Amino acid sequence: MAERSFVEEVKKLRLSGGEVFRGEGILAVTKALLESGVSYVAGYQGAPISHLMDVLADAQDILAEQGIRFENSASEATAAATLAASVNYPLRGAVTFKATVGTNVASDALANLASGGVTGGALIIVGEDYGEGSSIMQERSHAFAMKSQIWLLDPRPNLPSIVDAVKQGFDLSEASNTPVMLQLRIRACHVHGHFVAGDNKRAKFTLKDALENPQRDVGRIVLPPASFVHEQEKVKNRWPAAVRFIEERKLNEFFSEDADDIGIIVQGGSYNTLVRALERMGLADVYGNTQVPLYVMNVAYPVIESEVIRFCEGKRAVLVVEEGQPNFVEQNLATILRQAGSSTVLHGKDMLPVAGEYTAAELLKGARSFCERYERLAPLPVPAPVRKVIPLTEVAAEPAQPVAPLGEVVHARPPGFCTGCPERPIFSAMKLVERELGPHHVSADIGCHLFSILPPFNIGNTTMGYGLGGAGAAALNAPAGKRAISMMGDGGFWHNGLTSGVANAVFNKSDNLTIVVDNNYTSATGGQDILSSNAVNKTRSTGHEIESAVRGVGVKWVKTMRRTYDIAGMRDALKEALTTKEKGPKVLIAQSECMLNKQRREKPLVRKAIADGKRMVREKFGVDSDTCTGDHSCIRLSGCPSLSIKPNPDPLRTDPVAAVLDSCVGCGVCGEVSHAAVLCPSFYKAQIVSNPSRWDQLRERMRAAVIGWMQRGEARRREAYAF
Amino acid sequence: MTNTRAQPIKIAILAMGGEGGGVLADWIVDMGEANGYVAQTTSVPGVAQRTGATIYYVELYPSSQAENDGGTPVLALMPLPGDVDVVLASELMEAGRAVQRGLVTRERTTLIASTHRVFSIAEKSAMGDGRVDSGQLLAHTANAAKRFIRFDMAQAAEASGSVISAVLFGALAGSGVLPFSRAQFEATIERGGVGVKPSLKAFGAAFERAQGGDDGEPVKEVPVAAPAPQPRHPAVRSLVERVQNSFPAEAQDLLLEGVRRLIDYQDPAYADLYLDRMASIAALPSGDRHLLRETARHLALWMSYEDTARVAALKTRATRFERVRGEARVQPGQVLAINEYMHPRLQEICETLPGGIGRWLMNSTLPKKIVERFTQHGRVIQTSSLRGYLMLRMVAACKRWRLSTMRYAEENRRIEEWLQRIAATARRNPELAVELAQCQRLVKGYSDTHERGIRNYDTVMRAFERAGDALAPATLRELRDAALADEHGHKLRAALVQHALA
Repeated sequence: MAERSFVEEVKKLRLSGGEVFRGEGILAVTKALLESGVSYVAGYQGAPISHLMDVLADAQDILAEQGIRFENSASEATAAATLAASVNYPLRGAVTFKATVGTNVASDALANLASGGVTGGALIIVGEDYGEGSSIMQERSHAFAMKSQIWLLDPRPNLPSIVDAVKQGFDLSEASNTPVMLQLRIRACHVHGHFVAGDNKRAKFTLKDALENPQRDVGRIVLPPASFVHEQEKVKNRWPAAVRFIEERKLNEFFSEDADDIGIIVQGGSYNTLVRALERMGLADVYGNTQVPLYVMNVAYPVIESEVIRFCEGKRAVLVVEEGQPNFVEQNLATILRQAGSSTVLHGKDMLPVAGEYTAAELLKGARSFCERYERLAPLPVPAPVRKVIPLTEVAAEPAQPVAPLGEVVHARPPGFCTGCPERPIFSAMKLVERELGPHHVSADIGCHLFSILPPFNIGNTTMGYGLGGAGAAALNAPAGKRAISMMGDGGFWHNGLTSGVANAVFNKSDNLTIVVDNNYTSATGGQDILSSNAVNKTRSTGHEIESAVRGVGVKWVKTMRRTYDIAGMRDALKEALTTKEKGPKVLIAQSECMLNKQRREKPLVRKAIADGKRMVREKFGVDSDTCTGDHSCIRLSGCPSLSIKPNPDPLRTDPVAAVLDSCVGCGVCGEVSHAAVLCPSFYKAQIVSNPSRWDQLRERMRAAVIGWMQRGEARRREAYAF
Repeated sequence: MTNTRAQPIKIAILAMGGEGGGVLADWIVDMGEANGYVAQTTSVPGVAQRTGATIYYVELYPSSQAENDGGTPVLALMPLPGDVDVVLASELMEAGRAVQRGLVTRERTTLIASTHRVFSIAEKSAMGDGRVDSGQLLAHTANAAKRFIRFDMAQAAEASGSVISAVLFGALAGSGVLPFSRAQFEATIERGGVGVKPSLKAFGAAFERAQGGDDGEPVKEVPVAAPAPQPRHPAVRSLVERVQNSFPAEAQDLLLEGVRRLIDYQDPAYADLYLDRMASIAALPSGDRHLLRETARHLALWMSYEDTARVAALKTRATRFERVRGEARVQPGQVLAINEYMHPRLQEICETLPGGIGRWLMNSTLPKKIVERFTQHGRVIQTSSLRGYLMLRMVAACKRWRLSTMRYAEENRRIEEWLQRIAATARRNPELAVELAQCQRLVKGYSDTHERGIRNYDTVMRAFERAGDALAPATLRELRDAALADEHGHKLRAALVQHALA
């Protein structure tokens, strides 16, 4: 069950020609796929294209109507290899994943695909997770397009342009027998806009046709001598075909081409931000009518030589806006201009930042310095320095004046585990073990559990890639007083961790501990089902236990904790794994359902049950502010968003006391932590019974009578001394 | 190029995951599209969904204007600093973040923000008080905007049983910065179809507040003067009179609070001991008022150290039961059970038993082992059940012999030493004595936490003794802060080395 349901939005996928589609970028891409007549779609979820996968999952009836096969691939490599179906058959296919990590994983399959070339249109939709909010290394997918010769589209970030890029991409792929990569930046994926829809198209040649009439062509298989021929085909046939297609279809755009003798070359994805910068400088209007000539490269690769020369003809200087590094496009343009003997001056990363996101502020700065350099804009007046006058008389301090710099009072808000997250107690237990056995080397992995590296846990040394937590500790295997600990999520485990981590540890006789965090979903990418999910999924096979898989590859020491909230149990299991005399890899599977998904599933059911008059028990934790001494140990062992602080109601104390917010879901970690860590007796668990049974009510009345009577007596005795 | 200088309306929303920032952005877009505007919104979600901070960005442009001009507006996907008309922030630190990012300017930005705080992890996990001063955040934000509409929107949301996004939407409508009527705003909420009734209620209340020009400082609550004490019991009366007659007026509030605490903790005689001790501080020749107040506060806290009997007494009170009912939001017709998480160890049990028995148990072999076995795991006690209640009442009754326990002897010894140090120090350096009095803050919590506190306190006191006359008050304060900076004592060790006191 994915984090967000797209059942409502999916209805928009049925819109027919002429109707206006309103919605998110990623949904528009899905609609464009349907309008392009694809036969199959595959992918691996991850920001920012998770929603694309979720939309497809929710749209399976529509896909079935159109005869489209949809695969939740095991990894990006699996997804990319799926495109093999387009090598021999005129089948259109699309795959999607997060760039650049996904492209890294997929690169083997992509390289082989690009070498042999394709018959049917093959589109790789990559969600470029670059800049603000990105959780991965900052790299460019562009390099993959260049090394494997895959055409790279980077359309202007509005829905009509994105939809057009999808459709043109398939045509381009078929015209040049080359796979095409469509790069969508994170904001473009999530942009809400509108476009005029077309009719959905059903493929004429189907998967069934392919299966029943298999075709083979040795010339398309990557083996010598065919592979040597591919290298020549790429540059002699496919490249020219692509250039011709791009020129003829005018995929790249020219705006106010001859308006001036300076110009800007910009990648489609940065167009909107650049136009805003020009508008702010008074050189364009809100509609993109510009005084500065623009050449918009909706095709980022290949660079079309003829168009570049045409644009630079008669221009004194051009500025190239190319986000990220290395500056592949700038270098390419320099070669083109040099070889053409052009005298146009080329600017790029001399005026814009060499690395980092091209935010609106950075583009404004870069475009301004370009326009000032060529005297299209007068330099901004330098503000006259204000002389600081020291007043002669003492001025009473105004309370409203800030004393601390803003940077000090605005704290970072790092992401953390959600309220009730079953992964929190695993790390609380690790903290407790750390107190007893000292710190260990922890090889972390990708997934929600990576939040352990941040406060308050501060656990984890490295992270090498999805499912590579086990592999990341491979070298750290030596006779020593301590064992290394590897983390791995269930998503990472099925992605590749089973082989690269666990099986590898068995084969190499590792003595380390691997903790597999099994929360029933790939939670970090939005809660999609995987092999080991418990959920009943109509279209996928679930319920395959991680423990069986681990034992299957030969691990002897395996332990499954079925309730991670049992912190003392977790602590003891960890301690045993780290101290046992038994040799060989140890695997501890920590299993509890993702609370975000659980709540989403259970909340409506509970509400309904209460409305129907059924007896339901709700649990919530609380802190007694009169016994809390304000040390906040509990927060340091938990970091739960629901566990916060509030002013101390005690007139004698000043430190704030811990407080449980209403968002508490009663997962029990607070109580377990205070027990296991021997913290303080301030935590209480309230159990609130809705629609109590007769027995509940009778017992409550009896208790209230006796306890109330005793409490009143006690209060009277205290009252005597009150003043 | 057309002649238009027209620009889109630019709105940035700063919110944390789960606060409905996305819903708010969608409302604004839907309202725009339903009322003749081209609307675009985008955001960078990803990991920010998990409690991180996110910016949602919306642009609106009138369709009619675009049609007249024959163009399609090119809308930006991220805010340009200095170029935003409205900034909505769901919390005060997020408003500060908007200012820090340069999104708020005096020339054009209307800032609409809630003044409540959602504490950051750094603020929450500090060992003492790590909270950022809201006044500082307000000072930065108030000066940055053209107009600043602010009130506690979390409270407003709660009052109407809704969420903060609805309150922000109402305040946005009430601010009048967008070209839409109240009816158009409300129709948007109705079209959304989820939680319409409470959302409209929250919207309405926020609309009124923003309309009412709620952009000044929130009304400062004037502290109600504490009513004059009216003791009834003769022993209490004489204690109150003693405070009123023999101590300076500036310290009386804290002294009375201390007396109240210690009568509740033990009995009037114990409170009398407190006043005896305070009298010796008041009689010091330095006559430092600040010292008197700080000692009054910390002595009362120390003399009412948290032991098992105290915790049991506090947990079983009727007032506490009521407080839990409120915190757990128990509705009429629902039944509440209260479960306590307790983990008494051998140490705590010996400290609660009468002195002789406690000492005997602590030094025994077999009985000690048996008790230790039974106290390996924590216990959950249901105070709302008869059994649990009676059990805790019995523990609470142990206060009877509190003054004979091992724990009392130990605490009392430390208190006496501490008071002597304060008195001796006050004669030569009253400021240092104040810092010394405040060192009581190091000793707090239970079990492991308490032991760590004692350890830190002892370390700081050893350093104090070693430094002798050479210790500056600021250094002692620094050592105390260092002891509260981390659990492992790294900062304290570093500070001691730095001041050559290790």
